[in-house]
Amino acid sequence: MIVENDGIADTLELRRESTLARGEVMGEICHHLAPFQVGEKPVAGDTVIAKDLTIDSLAIMDMVMELEDRFDVSIPMNVVAEIHTVDQLADTILKLHARR
Amino acid sequence: MGLFDRHAGLLEAYRDVRTTGYDPFQIRMERVLSPTEAIINGRKTLLVGTNNYFGLTFDPSCMEAAIEAIRAEGTGTTGSRIANGSYSEHMALEQEIAEFYGKKHCMVFTTGYQANLGIISTLAGEGDQLLIDADSHASIYDACKMTQAEVVRFKHNDPSSLEARLRRLGDRPGNRVVVLEGIYSMLGDTAPLREFVDVCKKYNAYVLIDEAHSLGALGETGRGLCESTGVIDDCHFIVGTFSKTLGAIGGYCVSDDPDFDILRVTVRSYMFTASLPPSIVASVRQALKVVKAKPELRKQLWDNVATLYDGLAAQGFKLGPEHGPVVGVHLPDRMVAIGFWRAMLDAGIYVNVAVPPATPNGVSLLRCSVCAVHTPEQLNHMVEVMTGIGRQLGVIDDRTRRVIGGAR
Ligand SMILES: Cc1ncc(COP(=O)(O)O)c(C=O)c1O
Repeated sequence: MIVENDGIADTLELRRESTLARGEVMGEICHHLAPFQVGEKPVAGDTVIAKDLTIDSLAIMDMVMELEDRFDVSIPMNVVAEIHTVDQLADTILKLHARR
Repeated sequence: MGLFDRHAGLLEAYRDVRTTGYDPFQIRMERVLSPTEAIINGRKTLLVGTNNYFGLTFDPSCMEAAIEAIRAEGTGTTGSRIANGSYSEHMALEQEIAEFYGKKHCMVFTTGYQANLGIISTLAGEGDQLLIDADSHASIYDACKMTQAEVVRFKHNDPSSLEARLRRLGDRPGNRVVVLEGIYSMLGDTAPLREFVDVCKKYNAYVLIDEAHSLGALGETGRGLCESTGVIDDCHFIVGTFSKTLGAIGGYCVSDDPDFDILRVTVRSYMFTASLPPSIVASVRQALKVVKAKPELRKQLWDNVATLYDGLAAQGFKLGPEHGPVVGVHLPDRMVAIGFWRAMLDAGIYVNVAVPPATPNGVSLLRCSVCAVHTPEQLNHMVEVMTGIGRQLGVIDDRTRRVIGGAR
């Protein structure tokens, strides 16, 4: 379930500011999304959150609030609206975290 | 993809709801008899879901004022507040509401929805930050879709969650506007306003509070949660509606900000819609007088709330967290909620049913709203009827009075 994807580019970008690992973020997101999984297909980086899972828009926003507090970042609603995949969500969190 | 394909999920849920026989979203009030009774499906029905907290829809003085205004000024203004739609009475009403709150300025809107939509989306603009409670009313969410400001939600009624989000903004430029409600419309819970105000002061944020459900109900003179918690001066913008306690329709926003009136030529939901008809303005002005003159209505309301809330709680129903003019009854899921609602209607009692996605945290609720002019007999009867249905549906237990269904 937990997706390890410590890409080199990510690591380089983040090393300077932050010790937050992509794997940790992905793990947390997948943990929140697992209950909404359809069939046997596990949640992965390319999972389209609102489409491939049974989660509704309100629950997505509530999950975002949990992730915000877990990683101490705020993700504005208009930014959330542009996020489709798990990868994009993780990237957004890492980017905001690095900028703190 | 067809025009309506995107609503497929909702259509399906709606179809489920309708299999129960009645469509809760298309109930016909065949004839309204009083603030507490109407004919529905050919039968006299007790109304406990109308937001008519003081029962003023049939107040003789308000009705007379409206009738007189129609005779004097006609049925409608046929124009916007910024064109031909501002009569002396609109201005007088604005002044009276401003005085009621002890604020300098007031704008009256054609609905409360438009007040929130226009004020919130205009107050916070590009480069500003809007922070809203997660359980905010649809009008607040819609304002967020229209604004250029950055919008962040904080956890419902959780000042520490708000504080974390204000802290994260650090020294970034931009005005912070925090949006709260006095009484939340689904579960009837009040905001911890004092704590919120303290956080807002610490981070130099503006406070906007929507007192839609608390006008009349809370505070020594009925001004709402801002009054009962003693923070009127710390609430920069207070929004409210005429469609609940005041028994009519319309919305308002009051403020002490010296530049407030600029909103009259910037808020689009104020400028590009016709103003309230004279009859409504007249009945609202009179209703405000009644609210001031009859504090006993507030006491009656809370006595009735206690009768209903405590009666249901004693039977083991899981309710909203505190006494309030809105009493939310938790039910385990959508179909039980609809079934329960329908059984009540068959027994001659109307309440609102609220199911996902219109509810926070996906809960299914019967939403009861109490009226000052309900009689204790009516409400005791309602508790009896609900207890019978609750036992039949297995929502409450017969003997142990332990809650079985519902979760928040
Ligand atoms: C919290 C809240 N704000 C605003 C409104 C809108 O009020 P109005 O009926 O005046 O449009 C409502 C009513 O649904 C409400 O519950």
